[in-house]
Amino acid sequence: MVLLTSALTTRESDHHRTPTRVEGPLKIDVDRLSFFYSEKLALEDISIKIQPNVVTAFIGPSGCGKSTFIRTLNRMNDIIPGARVEGRVCIDGQDIYGPGVDVVALRRKVGMVFQKSNPFPKSIFENVAYGLRINRLTSSRSELAGRVEESLRQAALWDEVKDRLHESALAMSGGQQQRLCIARALAVKPDILLMDEPASALDPIATQRIEELIYTLKTNYTIVIVTHNMQQAARVSDFTAFFWLGRLVEFERTDKMFTAPSEKLTEDYLTGRFG
Amino acid sequence: MNAMGTPSARKILSAIFVGACGLSVVLALVPLAFILFFVVSQGIRSLNLDFFLHNPKPVGEVGGGMANAIVGTLMLTGIAAALAIPVGILSGVYLSEYRGSRFASLVRFAADTLNGVPSIVVGVFAYGVIVLPLGHFSTLAGGFALGIMMIPIIARTTEELLLLVPHALREGALALGATRARAVFTVIIPAALPGIITGVVLALARIAGETAPLLFTSFNNAFFSTSLMQPISSITVQVFTYAISPYEDWHRQAWAGALVLVSIVLICSMAARIAAARVSRARVGVR
Amino acid sequence: MRSTDLGFRVGIGVFAAALLLIVAGIGLTLANDSSLSLQRFGLDFWRTSNWDPVAGEFGALPFIWGTLYSSLLALLIATPVALGIAVFISELCPQMLRAPLIFLTELLAAIPSIVYGLWGIFVLVPAVRAAEAALPDAVRSLPFFSGPPFGVGMLAAALILAVMVVPFTSAVAREVLKTVPMTQREAAYALGATRFEAIRAAMFYARTGIIGAMMLGFGRALGETMAVTMVIGNNPQVSLSLFAPQYTMAAVIANEFTEAANALYLSALIEIGLVLFVITLLVNVLSRGLIWSMARQMPSRAVA
Repeated sequence: MVLLTSALTTRESDHHRTPTRVEGPLKIDVDRLSFFYSEKLALEDISIKIQPNVVTAFIGPSGCGKSTFIRTLNRMNDIIPGARVEGRVCIDGQDIYGPGVDVVALRRKVGMVFQKSNPFPKSIFENVAYGLRINRLTSSRSELAGRVEESLRQAALWDEVKDRLHESALAMSGGQQQRLCIARALAVKPDILLMDEPASALDPIATQRIEELIYTLKTNYTIVIVTHNMQQAARVSDFTAFFWLGRLVEFERTDKMFTAPSEKLTEDYLTGRFG
Repeated sequence: MNAMGTPSARKILSAIFVGACGLSVVLALVPLAFILFFVVSQGIRSLNLDFFLHNPKPVGEVGGGMANAIVGTLMLTGIAAALAIPVGILSGVYLSEYRGSRFASLVRFAADTLNGVPSIVVGVFAYGVIVLPLGHFSTLAGGFALGIMMIPIIARTTEELLLLVPHALREGALALGATRARAVFTVIIPAALPGIITGVVLALARIAGETAPLLFTSFNNAFFSTSLMQPISSITVQVFTYAISPYEDWHRQAWAGALVLVSIVLICSMAARIAAARVSRARVGVR
Repeated sequence: MRSTDLGFRVGIGVFAAALLLIVAGIGLTLANDSSLSLQRFGLDFWRTSNWDPVAGEFGALPFIWGTLYSSLLALLIATPVALGIAVFISELCPQMLRAPLIFLTELLAAIPSIVYGLWGIFVLVPAVRAAEAALPDAVRSLPFFSGPPFGVGMLAAALILAVMVVPFTSAVAREVLKTVPMTQREAAYALGATRFEAIRAAMFYARTGIIGAMMLGFGRALGETMAVTMVIGNNPQVSLSLFAPQYTMAAVIANEFTEAANALYLSALIEIGLVLFVITLLVNVLSRGLIWSMARQMPSRAVA
């Protein structure tokens, strides 16, 4: 049972948001996680606690483990041969790497949006319906259509596509495709949404729409977003984690991280001394 | 919110699918094992010195060998190689050097089309072009048919290999003032040569196993012959003749011939694989 | 410098042109050498089923029937196996097994047709005969299974063709599956797909190319000669029954070419060769077109 979160958000400006004040049990609790690709150490001793209904941004130079880390949260790394995990990753109190965990069900609960939009070569409707169909989450055509509409509305895409639901998804612009992928992920009603640099392939206008979307989704989902764009992290997130060479250097409320970081390394990165 | 368990039906279906894929692999390997087993076990019994040194005995008599057929196959593949290697390699050079041109696209299309033409049709073609004008079957006609089949294989393999040669090599040669022709023949082809040779060897192995195009070009010859203008025996046609005959002894020899054919294929494939591994290892080392 | 480069291009180009000349030459030679038969019989050649050249009867329908029937059956049998192998090698099998398995399937492709035929006569046909004889009478009454269990016939031919087609189809299918971006499967997994469902998504993406691979295999089966003629029975009849000995275009050319006693007979056989050439040409062009169009369909990253 999740205690009521008191979401106090004051929009002081478009570029600066005070974090929501939240209470209650942790959504994601990572304890001393290390990750290996065969024998190569990719993530070293990571511990992080994420609360429900916040947006957490992971920043850091490329190749330092951010994407690898979020992929451990929905066990996407399982499909890579030679992947090995040490430590615990608890979601809603349950270690997802424990014995007897149903990975398929886990991935319904923890959704993912990828860096480059990857719609299936099907219609817009069928893309969003995919997760609902394979997981048998609806029992009638009308229920399915209703869920598809709901997801498209949540992704702020409904108005643009409602008249062409059965056209190919590949005919849309990049920004629309990405929002479609978000709708597709939302359709199965996950608790957590992982976003791996969702706007990096998009132009500024499309990026802004995605960022606005993240803000509205926050009330219902716990969002973890990987971004190489520091300003984006500052705009969009409540908490920020700075990764460097496979280690978690600092994890802090976003406004504090960007104005007064505790670690010198963080400060150097934020001020552009490297990265 | 969501149900935590995934219905077992989906999981079972997935497991069945994975199992079915594994089963397909077994299903394909079983005939392979079967064939190899029979060819080796039946063939090895009849593979003796006689087989390699003697000509076939007259119909109904026991004994004899396939000496003339072996020589025939060697001659036929030799003629095919003489025809196909220059034409194939040079076509391959054109396809890689002038990749984008419409002519090259047309030639590539022709090569792929020729690759798909049934071998019996190539035989009919060779019949029309060589046997009819000459008025008789000949080694030349058979070699021609096999050569036609080899050309597109060598052309495409050469093209692909030449494209793998690093640009830097070509640019280096041209920068030193070499003409295109010089650069190609003195630098690029030598760089790709191991692969090209491998491709040629594999094509030869494939062609040596062909029967249909020889049935009415080189036909068959009960006697030993090395004449270009006479019909000639070949391992493949001989195996066919023996296999459909009613004689037990000939059946034995057919298996022996099959063993020789399969050995050729096996040895060439393995040699090609080893050579390819050596080439790629060397390339990695250079970098 | 320019002129030697041009000389080079033309010189090499002549050899390349040889390929075009050969393909055109095949078509023209076949058309020319079958003109006698084409003019004499016209389309009736392909509409009548009585093939008795000695008596002057030239009905070629059984050959086209036998060719298409045997190749279609082979396609039916081979496709699931070939796709299963392609999926296994590219998606499921442990890294170590990959190279040996690929080598083994290539070996299957490299075995000469005559060796398949030899094995067919002495091993497959007796086995098929035994299986045919063992069928219960109830099944035997169906048109597909009627007739005495000779062993040689459509079933044996389809089986041996299927074995020969599998390695080729699976190699092409494997190449096609390789071009499917990993993110397609990842998208499926991230939505809670099982292994089967994720692979199914990848195969859906590659469906055009996979159909192309199947058609290429079909084209191969159409032209296969030796293995087929040794197990199909070589009887020019049109029959639905798997047990019935039948005939294919390639087989009749192989068997009767050297026995064609007169110009008309020869011309008729060459006409059969011409039609075989045209059919395989069309199938190959179509299938390569499909595979090529799949490569083009890959979604280019749209700019917003």
